Amino acid sequence: MNRLLEPFQFPFMTDAMIVGAAVGAVCAVLSCYLVLKGWSLMGDAISHAVLPGIVVAYAIGLPLAVGAFASGLLCAVLTGFIKANSRVKEDTVMGVVFTGLFAFGLVLFTKVRSDLHLDHILFGNILGLEPGDLRNTVVVAGAVLAVVLALRRDLLLFCFDPTHARTVGLKNGILYYLLLTLLAVTIVVSLKAVGIILVIAMLVTPGCIGYLLSDRFSVMLAIAVASAVGSSLGGVYVSFFLNASTGACIVLLQAGVFLAALIGAPKHGLLAARRRTSGPRSETAPATTEV
Amino acid sequence: MPPAAAPNDLPLGIDVAGVNVTYANGHLALRDATFALAGGTICALVGVNGSGKSTLFKAIMGIVVPAAGRVRIAGLPVAQALKRNLVAYVPQSEEVDWSFPVSVWDVVLMGRYGHMGFLRIPRAEDRRIAEESLARVGMLEFRERQIGELSGGQRKRVFLARALAQRARVILLDEPFTGVDVNTELAIIALLRELRAEGHIMLVSTHNLGSVPEFCDQVVLINRTVLACGPTAEVFTEENLLRAFGGVLRHFRFDESTVQNHDGRAVTLLTDDERPLVFGKGGHVEYRERAGREDVVKKRAEGEGDV
Repeated sequence: MNRLLEPFQFPFMTDAMIVGAAVGAVCAVLSCYLVLKGWSLMGDAISHAVLPGIVVAYAIGLPLAVGAFASGLLCAVLTGFIKANSRVKEDTVMGVVFTGLFAFGLVLFTKVRSDLHLDHILFGNILGLEPGDLRNTVVVAGAVLAVVLALRRDLLLFCFDPTHARTVGLKNGILYYLLLTLLAVTIVVSLKAVGIILVIAMLVTPGCIGYLLSDRFSVMLAIAVASAVGSSLGGVYVSFFLNASTGACIVLLQAGVFLAALIGAPKHGLLAARRRTSGPRSETAPATTEV
Repeated sequence: MPPAAAPNDLPLGIDVAGVNVTYANGHLALRDATFALAGGTICALVGVNGSGKSTLFKAIMGIVVPAAGRVRIAGLPVAQALKRNLVAYVPQSEEVDWSFPVSVWDVVLMGRYGHMGFLRIPRAEDRRIAEESLARVGMLEFRERQIGELSGGQRKRVFLARALAQRARVILLDEPFTGVDVNTELAIIALLRELRAEGHIMLVSTHNLGSVPEFCDQVVLINRTVLACGPTAEVFTEENLLRAFGGVLRHFRFDESTVQNHDGRAVTLLTDDERPLVFGKGGHVEYRERAGREDVVKKRAEGEGDV
């Protein structure tokens, strides 16, 4: 029994759990919008694109978060510009832009002498939080959550039907950049916990879980937050015993929950779909495949 | 005009004057488009795919800004008209993500957003109007359904209810009859007629040429520009339609077809994208070209005793 409570005796473990839960919650809320808007790739793109910003900010002595935020936004704006002015489709443009920025960041990194650890940026270092990290993360995550929750109806309408949003007087342009900004800020605060590579999981998986389990946005939001916070706490805890990468443990737990939802969701799960189609259709199905 | 004036105080009208729209890739979607509509009309917007129908809608909703010309709604620039919730849009079914986790009730409440405060928390008044709008389209009992669980006709009616809840005076409808059963089509037309009697403007983009004279009192014909506009009887003529559709329109001229015993006066069937299937008096399929099918004509004439 004592062995199971052992992780809670270490301040670095409890700090990691608090940061993980805060990051999980804010990522989960945003993930609901990303999943519905079809912005998963956008999340992936921005998270990779922050790398050169981090390196430049370090080199010129700015807070890393500022640089990360600027280059993340640059990626989104550059993508939008190229898409509007060329015949190449948006997802393709994005693929080129974010990998280009990421590669640029990697090259810069080797040229700038620093005590930054590349693997901490790429994979997070939640067990090695510095003084002030805890407070900063909780404050920023709280601010993002407050903005999203205050504007949740506007953002939802923007995702669902931008044309109607326009006719009732919403400013789609502002909402677009607001969502981008919230995304960039969230990615920056999440880097400590899970790093550039895995943050996209935090930004997509909880929303998918909620989407599979519910037909109501408010319920989807609640499920996403619960599964993300649970996975963060569980992931930090489990990593103590496995001695494995904490970020990876968090993401793996989320993937496990997603898998369970995918298979067992009461209405939209694979088993439910099979139950619905079994009976009359299971007899006709082989016949059509033979043809 | 004092800013506090309610939308209802303004004489309603749409005034599109010399509108040019060019997209960022250089494509000129509309050139010198001009037409005007006054309150109390159901107006069809007719043209081929790519003729600029949706661009015109976007210009009226301020989603694209004309490079030249201007759009006025009730005498106001578009941005101000939108602030007053004067314009509603009923989207094409294909544009909507039907698996989105929102209920019928959520969608209709979205119509009230422009009347709500910053946090979009519905007041009793908003709820009452949303309920009334749902009841008017006969969808009140479905309010808790997720929108994907509705039939094609029901889906259309929910979005109409949203436009009603918005209390808009100009309603843009994009292909309202696609994927809709006949009863719903009739119900929608009846509703549009009521709204016309109340003084609204309905601008209906449609491919369904046959339905236009049935319920539209005015027509705007477009092909990259406004070719003609005015009362249906004057504008919706064979000549104008041929001009608007060019070679895209399919003809079925009875005097050239295998249909027999027509009285010699030409009857022409026009259809936009699909070829009409015509059955003759004997219940058999009629072909578009009589030429090359003399044997069919002859056989049928003998069989039915027609000469």
